Amino acid sequence: MSLFEHLSIAFDSIRNSPVRTFLTTLGVLIGVFAVILLVGLGDAVQTYVLDTFAGVGSNLLQVHAGRQETRGFQPSSGNSRNKLSLRDYEALDKRGLLLDGVSPVVLGSSELRLGDLRRNVVVFGVGPRYLELRNLAIGRGRFLEPEDLDGRRRVVVIGETIVGELFGDDKSPLGATVYLGSTPYRVVGVTQKKGKTFGFDMDDLALIPATSAQDLFDIETITHLLARAKDKNTVEPAIEEVGELLADRRGGTIDFTIYSQDDMMEMVNRIMGTLKFFLGAIASISLLVGGIGIMNIMLVSVKERTREIGVRRAVGARWRDILLQFLVEAVVVSVLGGLAGVALGAVVIRIVAHFQPDLPVGLSLENVVMALGFSAAVGIAAGVVPAMRAADLDPVEALRYE
Amino acid sequence: MSETPVIALSGVSRVYELGAERIQALRSVDLVVQKGELLAIIGPSGSGKSTLMNVIGALDTPSGGSYQIDGQAVSGLSDDQLAQVRNQKIGFVFQSFNLLPRQSALDNVALPLRYAGYSRAERRAKSERALRRVDLGDRLGHTPEQLSGGQKQRVAIARALVTEPAILLADEPTGALDQATGKEIIELFLRLNREEGVTVVLVTHDPQVAARTRRVVTLVDGRVVEDGPPKGGS
Repeated sequence: MSLFEHLSIAFDSIRNSPVRTFLTTLGVLIGVFAVILLVGLGDAVQTYVLDTFAGVGSNLLQVHAGRQETRGFQPSSGNSRNKLSLRDYEALDKRGLLLDGVSPVVLGSSELRLGDLRRNVVVFGVGPRYLELRNLAIGRGRFLEPEDLDGRRRVVVIGETIVGELFGDDKSPLGATVYLGSTPYRVVGVTQKKGKTFGFDMDDLALIPATSAQDLFDIETITHLLARAKDKNTVEPAIEEVGELLADRRGGTIDFTIYSQDDMMEMVNRIMGTLKFFLGAIASISLLVGGIGIMNIMLVSVKERTREIGVRRAVGARWRDILLQFLVEAVVVSVLGGLAGVALGAVVIRIVAHFQPDLPVGLSLENVVMALGFSAAVGIAAGVVPAMRAADLDPVEALRYE
Repeated sequence: MSETPVIALSGVSRVYELGAERIQALRSVDLVVQKGELLAIIGPSGSGKSTLMNVIGALDTPSGGSYQIDGQAVSGLSDDQLAQVRNQKIGFVFQSFNLLPRQSALDNVALPLRYAGYSRAERRAKSERALRRVDLGDRLGHTPEQLSGGQKQRVAIARALVTEPAILLADEPTGALDQATGKEIIELFLRLNREEGVTVVLVTHDPQVAARTRRVVTLVDGRVVEDGPPKGGS
């Protein structure tokens, strides 16, 4: 008997009890739906994060205070006595031969006020090279200059989101005075629209000279340093150079950590890999439960159809015909559940994509094939025992069964 | 008597072992059935009728003795080969019809052909012909639920006939029917035997049914105690 014949028998049986089939498939349906959704979202987040890193520039280095022996990105800022200072920045800026641009970063947040309008903003105290290091650009006016840093000038470059909220569309912000805390700042530039990175609105920040930020937040340290290696191939030597320059200034003590983009990508990949593994594991459990459901129903079905099995054997069905009949039925039921799960997953992914346009969620062919493969495997695993039981029935006993 | 007998049992025994108990269901049964015969196997319940039927139908294998169906030795066949024998040589008719409930008459009749590997078109043609032979040519699409008891048994007979088997083996075919319908079914067997030369073996405990045949084999306690034309009756 051909596989096609077995399929046709399976579909007959399914057509005969649609409600039961639906209930049977429910477990696999939910399982596959979970696989599709969770793995799909995991992929999307990973792609998103990696794309974002790539957009930042892969030869970018970050220096954080505190020594971190293990690789991977784990910024710690509080546990070191020797923090990073602006003199570290100057050292790298002047003496870093392999570096193409260095910027200090002093991070904080403050109230921003224009007349009666107030809002909180994230304040980046930075150097003149910051903009290009982060692949940002100036839209109107100018960016911060070395003199702004040296003179601790109260000047600010703001993003379009803030401009829109405080000044509206028609008023030019350039030259206006805004207050950060109680200090007046003159708006000298507006950054070009960039959109969100890691969910953070890059147009919703205020950039001021790092020196001014230290005054604003009343600190003498800086949060971290950004430096860019001249090109991709000199990232490792650049890391060494930065390390030596900073260690020199500390009499050989290494109380800072240098991260490259590779480290961060590796970290993201590792985290996402773990996350996807756990999501997959959760989804697998629901598939397992689905499989148990199918097995259960198939066992009941074999019992109920004992007579039918006897008749089939009497009219010439071989052992393997009966085995395949039930095995194929289990696989068909499971794959139907899988298909429904994929369909449901596709719908939900579309909904997620609608509400989170930044997230590159999608249904990859690979995931669909994987999910259907899984459901077929679940069907086989769930069907083997009932099918064996059916095929092993003694025809005489089966015909006598009431 | 030069023709190969359809059924040739010689010294057939069948022993069941239920735990420590040994049940001798058949004791040295000899039975030869020629092509075109119409016979009844009768006997009280527990006499071994069912066992004999299962052995003849290749559903069960003898513990001892030899059995040939249509010249082919059944003893020693594999499970698959027994299935093939059932498919090609035997047409079963059961007391309770044993039709697949939600399938049409046509599909029910076509069931043995599926296992014989016929194409869809061949199955349809052969099944239609078989249903016409039992006067059900106008009920092809009906499911068993939509058929009367007599019609169901006709469908079952068509299913038994569809592979052109060597024998039609019917186990109490009138047991689930009222008397009038039962009579019709017996008439159908008689007609198939008379007009088409189909070999028919009826297993029954109904003496009226047995009386319509030309040969009655009486089984008592697993032994053939009588084998000859029906007594009395008509």
